[in-house]
Amino acid sequence: MSQSISVPVTASGGKLARTITIDPVTRVEGHGRITIQLDDKGNVADALFHVTQIRGFEKFCEGRPFQEMPSITARICGICPVSHMLASAKACDELLAVRVPETGIKLRRMLNHAQYVQSHALSFFHLSSPDLLMGMDAEPQKRNIFGVIEKHPELARDGVRLRGIGQQIIEILAGKKIHAAWPVPGGVNQALTAPGREKILAVLPEAFTIINRTLDWYKSVLENFRDEIRIFGNFPSLFMALVTPHDPDEHNAMLDHYDGVFRFVDESGNVVKDNIDPRKYTEHIGEATEAYSYLKSPFYLPKGYAEGMYRVGPLARLNVIDRTGTPKADREWAEFRALRRGVILSNFHNHYARLIEILFALERLEQLCNDKGILDPHVRAIASHNAHEGVGVIEAPRGTLIHHYKINDEGLMTWANLIVASGHNNLAMNRSVLQVAKHYVKGAKISEGMLNRVEAVIRTYDPCLSCSTHAAGKMPLVIEAVDPQGNVVSMLTRD
Amino acid sequence: MNSTLASQIVTLKIDGKDCGARGDETILSVARENGIDIPTLCHYDGLTDIGACRICLVEVKGSPKLFAACSTLVTEGMEVSTNSPRLQRYRKTILELLFSERNHVCAVCVSNGHCELQAMAMKLGLTHVRLPYRYPNLKVDATHTRYVQDDNRCILCQRCVRVCAEIEGAHVWDIMGRGIEARAITDLNEPWGASTSCTSCGKCVHVCPTAAIFEKGKSAGEMVKRSFVSELAAKREVYE
Repeated sequence: MSQSISVPVTASGGKLARTITIDPVTRVEGHGRITIQLDDKGNVADALFHVTQIRGFEKFCEGRPFQEMPSITARICGICPVSHMLASAKACDELLAVRVPETGIKLRRMLNHAQYVQSHALSFFHLSSPDLLMGMDAEPQKRNIFGVIEKHPELARDGVRLRGIGQQIIEILAGKKIHAAWPVPGGVNQALTAPGREKILAVLPEAFTIINRTLDWYKSVLENFRDEIRIFGNFPSLFMALVTPHDPDEHNAMLDHYDGVFRFVDESGNVVKDNIDPRKYTEHIGEATEAYSYLKSPFYLPKGYAEGMYRVGPLARLNVIDRTGTPKADREWAEFRALRRGVILSNFHNHYARLIEILFALERLEQLCNDKGILDPHVRAIASHNAHEGVGVIEAPRGTLIHHYKINDEGLMTWANLIVASGHNNLAMNRSVLQVAKHYVKGAKISEGMLNRVEAVIRTYDPCLSCSTHAAGKMPLVIEAVDPQGNVVSMLTRD
Repeated sequence: MNSTLASQIVTLKIDGKDCGARGDETILSVARENGIDIPTLCHYDGLTDIGACRICLVEVKGSPKLFAACSTLVTEGMEVSTNSPRLQRYRKTILELLFSERNHVCAVCVSNGHCELQAMAMKLGLTHVRLPYRYPNLKVDATHTRYVQDDNRCILCQRCVRVCAEIEGAHVWDIMGRGIEARAITDLNEPWGASTSCTSCGKCVHVCPTAAIFEKGKSAGEMVKRSFVSELAAKREVYE
């Protein structure tokens, strides 16, 4: 980890302001950087989270046959290629304008659930558990998965095994663990076999045991993180996620990771907007760009930019629903929501939410495996393109993922818009960094633990930075050092 | 068929092995008859050989130049070497040139896992391309109702040109331009969908070694080619 405190910047009037740079932010997917602006007294004046890479997917897919999009966009990420592939396949379904066979949808759902198991396990055990087990002030050399293996081998083993089970199920379904081209426009390209189903059913009990054990342990140590819970992204914001289509008066909106309608709730848990057709996302979500980051900042349109900050992801999903829809996860969810009246605001609780979602995914996997029609060979609708525009939305492990395509008469891509989970959370991540920095970073003595907490708050979002910057175009990155009087004393521009 | 040559019996050595052949046979066909593998890309059983790809280059004792095995006839006393370190090096370089010339992105290609160029790279142990990629900005012609032409993946082997002219008899395909600017075109560089000569038979699709021509609607890895053309050509010879 190369964390550095940068050279002091001389401010006007002989005062000294300093900028702390954390570069790169570690144990997240992709590259990011945080700058913290101190005033002359050494207090945090401002903090920014920069995403410093550019990918260009929206641009270079133009001109390609749309059928290639699931595989092209899957390459955005090696952690959740399944999410991109499924969102893309759903957008392509709309271009075909056909009814995807029921079993095809169920199999895609299974794939998504398996992906949740592996991705959430990765986030919880491999990336975040070092902070949780070793403490935020532990030496960086020990505060990693190897440190966990040394000190808590049973937990490390559980993490590796649980992620392995998720990956194994993906392989059974799709043929390979990463970047399988199984979901296609119109469904999936191969049916599930009876031996495949048996293999999945055989590994589920062990996964249940692991997740139950981990939940018990996590709940028993939750009290140790009282400070972090209070400071880590604990502020009012909107929350958004897909839920099952429902009657607003019935309070029966359930957790749905594959399909459904959007629901926005506010910090008190009041439903702000319900039953939004995801195809009409542009009527509700705007996208702003900031000079300091390649990552766009989506916001809830009716509230305007910055005010319309909302969060997505595990915490948001568990905040917007009325129940999960599976018995075991429902019990855990009720306990989780009892942590606070209204909705859960602290982003630290994303860790907890992830464990509950793993349990939910395992229950759904078991249900789908036992579904009567799951071995039906009719899993794909074959058609050419029948529409010029399609939107595909799913809940990726990190939050809502939107793929929106336009094609020409020949079926070639003319335009794409991708809004990725880490993008939705951009405003909230910035806000969280500032909150944590203000609390922990005090000018005179900067400790490793302070800096790690700033990083760790970003980690609660489990952002996928490589996923989130897919737009092309000239967006120069400007890094500014600002003195307490507001004068720019140093500026670095990259374009 | 050249009847004078066909009636001659010649003997030659390929990689030290004594071989007997008719005088109208190519080095490639004699090698294959004798179980000696010479890699090829543009050659297709049943189509006329044109020596376009140069992958089948071989050394002939006594000559400093290299010969395309697919289009060089055997001669009496010839001593052919098919797999010297020099040839291996050249073949790899040819492959690197092919990969760097266009935009071959195997991972998302409809022919991934069923592509002759990809298979050849694996066979010859091509682990990376040392040359800078050109990344040309090339068109995808999806105007045909059933098939797509993607210049990004074309290696100019001209199998499409030959199969269309020699087997189907329609001669829709041709090559336009020279050298690095050469492109496979339909009719007189009209969009394929506007072609009046195309019979939509699909032979060009199935002889294409990559996915420069493929069936519409296929997703990554789904374009599996069928090898019916060689059989078709053989049957035609019987009936002629």
